[in-house]
Amino acid sequence: MLSLERRAVDSRLMQWGSPVLALLLTILTGLVLFWALGKDPLAALGFFFLVPLSDTHGWAELGLKMAPLLLCAAGLTVCYRTRIWNIGAEGQFVMGALWASVAALKLSDATGFWVLPVVLGAGIIAGALWAWLAAVLKTRFHCNEILTTIMLNYIALNLLLYAVHGPLRDPMGFGFPQSEMFTASALLPQLIDGTRLHIGLLFALFAAVAVGVLFTRTFIGFQLNVLGQDGRAAAFAGFGERRLIWLAFLIAGGLAGLAGASEVSGPIRQLIPQVSPGYGYTAIIVVFLGRMQAVGIILASALLALTFMGGEMLQIAMNMPKAITGLFQGLLLFYLLTCDAFIHYRLRLRRPLPSAAIGQEA
Amino acid sequence: MDTLLITNILAATIIAGTPLLLVALGELVCERSGVLNLGQEGMMLMGAVMGFIAAVTSGSLAVGVLVAILAGIAMSMLFALMAVTLAANQYAAGLALTIFGTGLSAFIGSSYVGQSISGFPKIAIPYLSDIPVLGPVLFRQDLLVYLSLVLFVLVFVFLRYTRGGLIVRAVGESPEAANANGMRVLAVRYLAVAFGGGMAGLAGAYLSLAYTPMWTENMTSGRGWIALALVVFATWKPERVLLGAYLFGAASILHLVLQGLGWRSSTELLAMLPYVVTIAVLVLLSCNPARTRLNTPLSIGQPYRPSK
Repeated sequence: MLSLERRAVDSRLMQWGSPVLALLLTILTGLVLFWALGKDPLAALGFFFLVPLSDTHGWAELGLKMAPLLLCAAGLTVCYRTRIWNIGAEGQFVMGALWASVAALKLSDATGFWVLPVVLGAGIIAGALWAWLAAVLKTRFHCNEILTTIMLNYIALNLLLYAVHGPLRDPMGFGFPQSEMFTASALLPQLIDGTRLHIGLLFALFAAVAVGVLFTRTFIGFQLNVLGQDGRAAAFAGFGERRLIWLAFLIAGGLAGLAGASEVSGPIRQLIPQVSPGYGYTAIIVVFLGRMQAVGIILASALLALTFMGGEMLQIAMNMPKAITGLFQGLLLFYLLTCDAFIHYRLRLRRPLPSAAIGQEA
Repeated sequence: MDTLLITNILAATIIAGTPLLLVALGELVCERSGVLNLGQEGMMLMGAVMGFIAAVTSGSLAVGVLVAILAGIAMSMLFALMAVTLAANQYAAGLALTIFGTGLSAFIGSSYVGQSISGFPKIAIPYLSDIPVLGPVLFRQDLLVYLSLVLFVLVFVFLRYTRGGLIVRAVGESPEAANANGMRVLAVRYLAVAFGGGMAGLAGAYLSLAYTPMWTENMTSGRGWIALALVVFATWKPERVLLGAYLFGAASILHLVLQGLGWRSSTELLAMLPYVVTIAVLVLLSCNPARTRLNTPLSIGQPYRPSK
């Protein structure tokens, strides 16, 4: 009979083996799924993982989609390491995009190097304030942050819809719910000419490394870690719990807000209702898959960025629903958590004891 | 306001509250056994899409409902495998279930978007439905509304008066003590999670077969999450879940009511109301944290591993 047995020491191999195993299981499930749908499994897999990266343009698009994922994930890493279950990156992202757009549109007549920092700053502040709401609700009113951040996501989405249908709608836009195009001074510089890749990716890489340094090299990071692992220990050590919780939320919100701002002032160049294809939610998977480590979340954000591209590719090439992206992402997280159990536990084959022996053993 | 308007608003409140009632009752039992399943949204979506597909292909609403319940249970078993058997973090496992369910339901349902069926018809109960106001509100509804009320009574009686309910509560308060008394903690939790899944699936079916008889991606629009807040609001008591479901239901149709009254405001701003109300309710609860703490199942969120 199989049974789970607690390991004496957590398995370091499984700590990093689990994401790889989860990816393999996801791919395996994907193959079965494609086969069941009557498509050539290997061809479909190729379209999903390889074809999107077959040229420079593809790699640029990968970096483009990595940027918002990694920015959100870097912020969420701070929260999750502190055991703050901030699910609100999506809403913070949307608020960042919304207020960056407000700034960009207000400054549409202005030129100069300062316009872009103002636009990005507006996004960062908006995202941070949106997250701060959840922080206050948690520290002052003891509201569960999972529920409040989810609700704030829905509220942010409706605010976005209100803005593009109302005050920010382009009067010359034939009634489409979208803003005017931004002017050049509010746009992020490109990294590679001829592609859409912009310097938002550098922000993201920098943020990931900074978060890594925060936790490995600074006292604040240490305090956050302690609070995450044992709140009572943090209290005994005199670490200000409220201050740390606010800090974690502000960092997460600011980075998600920057991600939103970078999207509107990067590839999109205007505010549209579909500003996020769910980056804020996917970033949660990035954090878990990346083991809450800088290098890990960088790699994981690249993989998850690829799932967005792969989904689009399958839709175009093999006429499959685009929703396959969400399905793969969900599968990946599910397998990951299942495999993660084997960090702490191992499977053991055990012969059932004869019934007479059970009494004696007890 | 005239009587007809009030009657219509109240009837719409009951309808809007029914999916919340169903999913919250399921989650209530689940949480009373000590398991917090944040995957409600994912299970509801799977119930909604599977129920709709089954109803379209079989032509039978009953089959649709049955398939929806089974889909919810199947999803909840994935959660139970992670959170009960493998003792994974319940928060993470629940989130995974929601993300997975959202993706899977969108994938499965993609070719059914835009199709419509005739949903559950309203059934007037003879004589009772002729009572002014109360009649149309309570006794001229569809079958699933009546079913939700029956299920409410069953859950209420089960938790309060039966041995089974006592076992569920014991497991939720102290799994160690329950285990020492010979109760099979993991089996009880599996059953509670399965019940929660079935109810979430049924709630999803209510959305896609009765509330708006069609399938659209993410059609639950946060109801699974609102139901989780609702259980906290109800301090884990079925009778307060009933009340809360209709209160939240009222909040979710408030924008329609205000528009009906000629209130000029943006649809998008009014559509925020249910979410704002949910946060407001959570804040109000903090006035009396002791009471919430007193009623919280003691072992909630903590995985249990039998020592042998």
